Amino acid sequence: MKLQQALDSGGFVVTGEIGPPKGTDLHSALEEAKEYYTDNVVAVNVTDLQSSVLRVGSMAVCHKLLDIGIEPIYQMTCRDRNRLALQSDLLSASVLGLENVLALTGDHVPLGDHPQAKPVFDIDSVQLLYVIEALRQGKDMAGNELSGVPSFFPGAVVSPCAEPLEPQLIKMEKKINAGAKFFQTQAVYDPGAFEKFMDKVRGFGVPVLVGIVLLKSAGMAKFMNENVAGVSVPDALIKELGSVDKKDRKKKSVEIAARLLREMKGMCQGAHIMPLGWDSEVPKVLAAATA
Amino acid sequence: MIILKQKNFEDILEALSGEQKIFVAGCADCATTCKVGGEEEVAEMKKKLEEAGFQVTGTYVFDTACLSGEVRQKGRDNEEALKEADSVLVLACGTGAQTIGDLLGVTIHPGLESLFIGEVVRLGKYQEKCRACGECILEYTDGICPVTRCSKGLLNGPCGGYSKDGKCEVDPDKDCAWLLIYERLKERGHLDKMKTPREPKDYSKMLSPRQLVWKKSKEKAKTAGGTK
Repeated sequence: MKLQQALDSGGFVVTGEIGPPKGTDLHSALEEAKEYYTDNVVAVNVTDLQSSVLRVGSMAVCHKLLDIGIEPIYQMTCRDRNRLALQSDLLSASVLGLENVLALTGDHVPLGDHPQAKPVFDIDSVQLLYVIEALRQGKDMAGNELSGVPSFFPGAVVSPCAEPLEPQLIKMEKKINAGAKFFQTQAVYDPGAFEKFMDKVRGFGVPVLVGIVLLKSAGMAKFMNENVAGVSVPDALIKELGSVDKKDRKKKSVEIAARLLREMKGMCQGAHIMPLGWDSEVPKVLAAATA
Repeated sequence: MIILKQKNFEDILEALSGEQKIFVAGCADCATTCKVGGEEEVAEMKKKLEEAGFQVTGTYVFDTACLSGEVRQKGRDNEEALKEADSVLVLACGTGAQTIGDLLGVTIHPGLESLFIGEVVRLGKYQEKCRACGECILEYTDGICPVTRCSKGLLNGPCGGYSKDGKCEVDPDKDCAWLLIYERLKERGHLDKMKTPREPKDYSKMLSPRQLVWKKSKEKAKTAGGTK
């Protein structure tokens, strides 16, 4: 429960993220996690078939992270499993020693690489949080007693730059009432908008980790503006990123992420850094942000 | 209304291959409103089949092809043409096609795709609004169904996937149902409905095959019979 302790202690908490590979070769993912995340972040999210693209599962990779001494955050979406499978996976995760669970609705199936698959969405993220809470209390969704009770530290997500914002705030409060103990946000590139968001949610009293996604290129930034809801990369940032040679792009990307982190650090309780494969840059972002 | 579209004529021809004599059935209800199985379309289908070398033994547009009484009676009226045919090409929904096939004891070929229960916005534009979930929650959303109109069927508010112009991330041509709900509730001063947590749906109410039998009426009938 390093994550819970770190959040309880009131310090600025940084988490990282791994997207598991397609296939069984975890070698480089784990090597990179070990090299770049140990000592640099408190915990590491493992995504659950992000973008609805088939990959190795979050639970297995979380377990592998535990083996190498990294605290995992098990991401669980409602897209692919009904309530039986979700509860069973939660119990399985607990048996494997996983405690931090991030409850998400999940990207929709048509956005991924198996668009013909049957979408499940038996329950939603708010309901999943209630399920996690019930399991912690020793009961399943049907009210049956559990023999052996799991211990979880549940978290949730919110999109601080969505317009309109109020529906996000309403849902965030519902998630807190359902048991969410921390929030990781969608990528933020507009500190002004994030400040307004934090002014509205500070009273909720639940720690918020601002989402930082490394911008890999001007093209990626434009793509996100057009295709990723709730994410808006200001033109100035796109210009700044496009102004450097390809070989200097990583450096610039780190510089921008560090700057965003520096600007928003004082507003919230932590940061969730999503390097999208550029795990090697995470220590540089953190170093530059504190410099 | 069941929203329907016609299958490709090539696929219909493939399904009919090996047969010569066809009876074409339509429906004066949904299939007529959707302009895929009314008098006009049945006549058109007859013509196309004849051009393709088939013999059309007869055509009939049922008033409502999913009413068993209607199908039985009109089936009798068309007995000869039906008997002569190798099969019946049905330009009605899947329910109508099965009613005709089961009650008339004929081989049927579906000529339409049944798409969804929807609203006819205008001719040529149809929108799904109800999934017949058996547990209507329109009360909580002031009349907009998230089970149907939210692509993820969410019950507790939107995901993070709505755009600034209120569209769904899955399809920019579709409105985010939860933003529609939010705006309506806000305008009417009912936002508390959105703030109330909603429990998971009872999907046992959607277990197929669904059927409804008026048990109470039967009991009543029984009681009534007993008192006689």
